[in-house]
Amino acid sequence: MSVETLEYTAKDFSSDQEVKWCPGCGDYAILKAVQKAMPLIGRKREDIVFVSGIGCSSRFPYYMDTFGFHSIHGRAPAIATGVKLANTNLSVWQITGDGDALAIGGNHFIHLIRRNVSINVLLFNNRIYGLTKGQFSPTTNLGQTTKSSPQGTIDNPFNPGELVLGANGHFFARATDTNAKGLTEILVEAEKHQGTSIVEILQNCVIFNKDIFSDYTAKDVKLDNQIHVEHGKPMIFGAESTKGLVLNGFKLEVVTIGENGVTEGDILIHDAHEEDNTLHMMLAKLQMPVVTGIIRSYGDDSFEIRMKRQVEEVEKNSPFKSVNDLLQSGETWEIK
Amino acid sequence: METTAIKEVDKVVIKFAGDSGDGMQLTGTQFTGTSALLGNDIATFPDYPAEIRAPQGTVAGVSGFQVHIGQAHIHTPGDNPDVLVAMNAAALKANLRDVAKGKTIIIDTDNFKRKDWEKAGFEEDPLESGVLREYHVIEAPMTSLTKTALEGLGLDNKSIVRSKNMFALGMVYWMFSRPLEYTERFLKGKFGKKPEILAGNIKALKAGFNYADTIEAFSSASAVLPADMEPGLYKNVMGNEATAWGFLAAAEKSGKDLFLGSYPITPATDILQELAKHRHFGAKVFQAEDEIAGITSAIGAAFAGDLAITTTSGPGLALKGEALGLAVMTELPLVVVDVQRGGPSTGLPTKTEQSDLMQALYGRNGESPVVVVAAKSPADCFSMAYRAAKIALEHMTPVVLLTDGYVANGSQPWKILKTEDLEEIKPHEADKSMQNWQPYERDTATLARYWAYPGQAGYEHRIGGLEKEDVTGNVSYTPENHEKMTYVREEKVQRIANYIPELEVDGAQEGDLLVVSWGGTYGSLLTSINQCARDNKKVGLAHFNYIKPLPKNTAEVFNKFKKILVAELNQGQLVRYLRGELPQFTYQQFNKTQGLPFRVVELTHAINKTLEEK
Ligand SMILES: Cc1ncc(C[n+]2csc(CCOP(=O)(O)OP(=O)(O)O)c2C)c(N)n1
Ligand code: SF4
Ligand SMILES: [Mg+2]
Repeated sequence: MSVETLEYTAKDFSSDQEVKWCPGCGDYAILKAVQKAMPLIGRKREDIVFVSGIGCSSRFPYYMDTFGFHSIHGRAPAIATGVKLANTNLSVWQITGDGDALAIGGNHFIHLIRRNVSINVLLFNNRIYGLTKGQFSPTTNLGQTTKSSPQGTIDNPFNPGELVLGANGHFFARATDTNAKGLTEILVEAEKHQGTSIVEILQNCVIFNKDIFSDYTAKDVKLDNQIHVEHGKPMIFGAESTKGLVLNGFKLEVVTIGENGVTEGDILIHDAHEEDNTLHMMLAKLQMPVVTGIIRSYGDDSFEIRMKRQVEEVEKNSPFKSVNDLLQSGETWEIK
Repeated sequence: METTAIKEVDKVVIKFAGDSGDGMQLTGTQFTGTSALLGNDIATFPDYPAEIRAPQGTVAGVSGFQVHIGQAHIHTPGDNPDVLVAMNAAALKANLRDVAKGKTIIIDTDNFKRKDWEKAGFEEDPLESGVLREYHVIEAPMTSLTKTALEGLGLDNKSIVRSKNMFALGMVYWMFSRPLEYTERFLKGKFGKKPEILAGNIKALKAGFNYADTIEAFSSASAVLPADMEPGLYKNVMGNEATAWGFLAAAEKSGKDLFLGSYPITPATDILQELAKHRHFGAKVFQAEDEIAGITSAIGAAFAGDLAITTTSGPGLALKGEALGLAVMTELPLVVVDVQRGGPSTGLPTKTEQSDLMQALYGRNGESPVVVVAAKSPADCFSMAYRAAKIALEHMTPVVLLTDGYVANGSQPWKILKTEDLEEIKPHEADKSMQNWQPYERDTATLARYWAYPGQAGYEHRIGGLEKEDVTGNVSYTPENHEKMTYVREEKVQRIANYIPELEVDGAQEGDLLVVSWGGTYGSLLTSINQCARDNKKVGLAHFNYIKPLPKNTAEVFNKFKKILVAELNQGQLVRYLRGELPQFTYQQFNKTQGLPFRVVELTHAINKTLEEK
């Protein structure tokens, strides 16, 4: 059962449970990418915990041979927080869907981010409720017809990145289920980041929202319609690597290098570590091309570090060394 | 009325009442502390407005503190005050109906002007109209006397007026021959850095004391001798404080870290605040974004190996329902404290009631058994919090501990326990010797599964809210398995009856009537039962600390009496549960839902009526 050394392979993280997602579901690729990332994070298997809510995506922990908790709809951020605070040495991962995280669990989601507890959140965004068979979710495109919106939705959707940054998120990345390698790299960085890391994964639900991301992920268009940003590198993309992003006034604009006098030097350099999130917000909101990669990664104290520090401080200063000291403190009197 | 001469009495109930800003809670706790040090037995009950800033001078804004001191054992804060201190007309209006004719009322006449009594809702001047004719009234212009006494100290008017509660306290200290040292010490601690304020308060305290001496402000009852208490070291504890300490002691004894996930709600917030002071004991206190996050963070901590608790009141318990079911399904140790208040909905946040019993027992989807226990007095909160934690850790189950606003805010002297004298707590953990541990393998006696948690190599496993296969804990939809697991979850809780104390009876051990009660009403009922015993009535009291499962000898006890009367502060919740669990008995019920505790007189009346009925 247990592996003595840290020389794990992806297979060591695969549990004995049969995987039950629909054939062709994007979740399979994500599972593979996560299992590949695990040997790279340098953590012992017994120190890794996967916590999920409810949804197709939330079945995920059953398929990982680590500790796992498949909980109730929307509450995984709080459960994961309890796990992390109980044992800060653990590497805690939360698996959630767009409904789980942003509808029923919206409150917990933003408060987890606000507190900055070191938990890696993988948000499987398929823009639909999969498990309950195809109702619209908080990320479903405006006007889309679904089982519960036969005339088209009239709710404005959330852009998860905007929500994360609006809640003062320190780490936000976007990945796709079609780029497993890119996802694995992001996961390793998410684990390294101290504080809450949110990774939005554009995931194809082949049954209820098929190909909703194909404008970004289809082979023939992905290079032109996706830009993968990396810290310190110019924001260049396109099939010929000739397109780039520049700032025009308060807006991002796509330009072509070599046209209208634009040179490579004009292209924005990505600074994921910048404290001010204005540009990160613009990148998260950009529709075409869609931005993938680590959009923001700003280092600051995590909640559990602050908690530890505080506990050490009170330990040093407290007159009570045991509960008996406390019970006998204050005004007492002796009856003979 | 004439003043009566000093006489020693065995107990006296004093109520300090004034505007929320008048410092009545402080005045009451000072009187309590001083009396405790003199060796009196004590019970207290604060009574404050739900609105933090209710309009000044109105009945809605009245804050009160009732203290019962005695030489004999005391079980309640008392039905009716022997002495009422009314700092303004509204305080008189709010409390007058509770004061029996012939008792003493001390009045700050400075706050009984026309506008004051009109605001309080009197139609005529109460000092003139004759409503006080049959009371022993002591009129003292406390505000102006305080002003005169504090002249020249360089204090502003506001600070001077604020000190009038010390003047009132000084008067009451004189009436009951209490020393001033305890309060002087307290004031020095509190205002050590503000010498003028300190001097003002002490001066007001002494001025009140001397004024009472000058006017010979005797009450109908005066000195109270020390009670005949068991030898030992004592301190005064409030229920919520005792609850918090019980958990700290359980954590230390079990070798676990304590994790509290909680969201503030009256009257449970004090537990959160008390534990937040004690992080040095490894107590992880997490103020969550709502009650659901409070319990789910605790469930996460339990999964990861902590002694996990969550504290709330009725509305919060409603929000925690789904998650509590998750703890039932995952069979994790968890204690949920519900400090009950009047309901439904927001109800009466600052008033007491016992109306969450059904919610605790049944308020979840599915067949969802949890252990339900209740504390019977402020000091008992310590023991029941400790026991609740012990049951959760040893039997791998969620436990709901019910207290209420009355015991939570009430206080009483507590003979300090030493942690070495507390029962051991042995968490039901998987141990290294177990071959091939499986998540839902069980102890054959208790049916508790063996706890293993992250960080332990070789125990990697997945659990969750979906039905579990017996032994392996894998997801299972098999019909027979679901039925078996449903049975096992209930049976595991029922078997706890083998590990809890048997039901004890106060008063007559057999006879005409058994009064049955649970939770915070114990003090009132015991007082009433003791009275019955003095009148040679064959009445016993069976008070339940453990409700689910019921103590093993419950039916045996019920069999010894001709009639059973179940008394509760609700419309009959324990009685309905008993009718289901032990249908062979006939139950009568006595219920009250006024947001107030039982009065001894009304209990005695109900008991006598039941005895007389054919
Ligand atoms: C309290 C509660 N309400 C509703 C449900 C039903 N439910 C289960 S999953 C789900 C939505 C899942 O959508 P999402 O989070 O996007 O996950 P996906 O299945 O798409 O991966 C709903 C509404 C539930 N399980 N619990
Ligand atoms: S319903 Fe959609 S999201 Fe769920 S398993 Fe099937 S394809 Fe995947
Ligand atoms: Mg979804």
